[in-house]
Amino acid sequence: MSLILLIEQVLNGVQSGIMLFLMAAGLTLIFGVMGLINLAHGSLYMVGAFAAAAVAAATGSFLLALVAALAAAALAGCLIEMTVIRRLYDRDHLDQVLATFALILIFSEGTRFLFGSFPLFLDIPSALSGPVMLPGGIQYPLYRLVIIGVGLAIAAGLFLLIARTRIGIQIRAGEADREMIAALGVDIAKLYTLVFALGAALAGLAGALVGAIQSVQVGMGEPVLILAFVVIVIGGIGSIKGALIGALLVGLTDTLGSVLLPLLFANFMEASAATSVGSSLASMSIYILMAGVLLFKPTGLFGEA
Amino acid sequence: MKMKTLVMAASVAALSAGGAWAEEGKVKVGMITTLSGGGAGLGIDVRDGFMLAAKMAGNENLEVVIEDDQRKPEIAVQLADKMIQSEKVDVMTGIIWSNLAMAVVPAATAQGKFYLSPNAGPSALAGKGCNKLYFNVAWQNDNLHEAAGAYANDAGYKNTFMLAPNYPAGKDALTGYKRTYEGEAAGEVYTDLGQTDYAAQIAQIRASGADSVFFFLPGGMGISFLKQYANSGVDLPVVGPAFSFDQGILQAVGEAALGIKNTSQWNKDLDNEANKEFVAAFQEEYDRLPSLYASQGYDTANLLLSAMDKADVSDADAFQAALKEADFASVRGKFSFSNNQHPIQDYYVREVVKEGDVYTNKLVGPSLTDHADAYAADCKM
Repeated sequence: MSLILLIEQVLNGVQSGIMLFLMAAGLTLIFGVMGLINLAHGSLYMVGAFAAAAVAAATGSFLLALVAALAAAALAGCLIEMTVIRRLYDRDHLDQVLATFALILIFSEGTRFLFGSFPLFLDIPSALSGPVMLPGGIQYPLYRLVIIGVGLAIAAGLFLLIARTRIGIQIRAGEADREMIAALGVDIAKLYTLVFALGAALAGLAGALVGAIQSVQVGMGEPVLILAFVVIVIGGIGSIKGALIGALLVGLTDTLGSVLLPLLFANFMEASAATSVGSSLASMSIYILMAGVLLFKPTGLFGEA
Repeated sequence: MKMKTLVMAASVAALSAGGAWAEEGKVKVGMITTLSGGGAGLGIDVRDGFMLAAKMAGNENLEVVIEDDQRKPEIAVQLADKMIQSEKVDVMTGIIWSNLAMAVVPAATAQGKFYLSPNAGPSALAGKGCNKLYFNVAWQNDNLHEAAGAYANDAGYKNTFMLAPNYPAGKDALTGYKRTYEGEAAGEVYTDLGQTDYAAQIAQIRASGADSVFFFLPGGMGISFLKQYANSGVDLPVVGPAFSFDQGILQAVGEAALGIKNTSQWNKDLDNEANKEFVAAFQEEYDRLPSLYASQGYDTANLLLSAMDKADVSDADAFQAALKEADFASVRGKFSFSNNQHPIQDYYVREVVKEGDVYTNKLVGPSLTDHADAYAADCKM
């Protein structure tokens, strides 16, 4: 394999990792602060994509579509936090899983009710379409570079928010000891709604950004949700830094595994068998990575014991 | 996922209040198809096509029970048991996916029920596993890919990069393509089933030195691949079976699909009377263009209706013979069954075009004529 192809695949891995980070950041915040397992996070991703597709179809503006995705997902997040999720904080994880699983079904069928069963169209804006030439003669889609940029900017923004602002202090305090910050006069219910809406908005943004290069359809959130859980387990539950590193690791492992493993097997196997075995092993690679990390760091790379 | 069970009993002919009808000649059909979840568009089209034909025929002896399998084999099996044991259906149909068909069809035929497949055509049911009670009205799984391979030869492609998901139908796809395609393989890649990002594979295509790309990625996978491919700057010609270019998903792909050649046994502009009537009636009834899945549902119902005119379903041998005659006006024009009760039919090359605001397919020309499947010889019936 040529160096150029390898660099291109590394870029692909980074880009898919960045997208995963947007999902995983919300998930890990919600788990870290509220101790809640939110299976409906994938539905918020879908809500963002559908809102973006609907607004883009009506107005033709991708920027408005992104704003709509953020708003719709944050709104949906607020709504389910106040009606359902709030009642689950004191329950055990099994109850949370059951209730948020029910939310997945409600969101999926509700979306089908509103938008029908056929996938929607959402395209990237013409200004960002097509490939660009990178130094070294690498041809790479501009939109994917923009996704990497947007994702890194959001990661930086999140770090600043958590580390430097008053809200961030409250979030960190909430993770450490929720009774104590409630006793200190912080409105914990409002803080929880805010964190949940923030996580939802990030998922919605990811849905809209990805929806433009993939298919906007009912159930699009669940495969991503599984990967996002793998990411936060690898990164350490509750850690934004862990989510970023974990997401990049998963993105790179997944992409490079699917490319390199079949090549590796081709050295000592017949071509089509090598493709088959290599692909099967590649789809396992991220879970092997997760198991490996847990073996040496049972709380994840940046998790606290 | 335990989704709400969508139970929909649709009785085609309203039973008139005092009208006595003979039990004789009555046929109860159990349709199990996918009406919710990711693949719902296909099941809805098959159902709508089937029910349209039933409505147009107005045969009061046909009764249809419809259930949603949610694209899950275990649910399909439960529904089949229910239909056979408590609903006491005579004929079953509707399944979209090959893995579901493998879970349901052998059990249904073993219990003496007819099964008419409107879509899935796994090779296991076409060769040694063929059955007198099993008819496939769509195609054997390999067929559309064989047609794509034949087109690739005609188009002069010598070095194709091939892409399919890593599951049995994906392997059948590459097998089918290579059966007719005479050139070299620039690369052969199996992707994850349900994969949404194809950046890694597109980079491989770019580096492979191929002169063309063949892909079988049904449903949402195809949408993702085409959008990303169009944006990648790789401009090799693409060819594939109709599954990634059907009416239900073309609107979601948009411009990225324009001009792509794909192979199918049907298109809405096929020039025959039955097809013209079908396309007009479908648009009138449902206010959208029919897909190939809708055409398959429509043909399945008409095949069944033709057999009902000739024989009683309680006489299995006579009913089977009546079905095998395929004495109905197919929207595909010529249509007959080979010895394994799979279609012998023509396959065509289509091109994605834009008509007004709607993306659709235009017929380009024939690909394979009077084509049966490769497994028929293994079928001893």
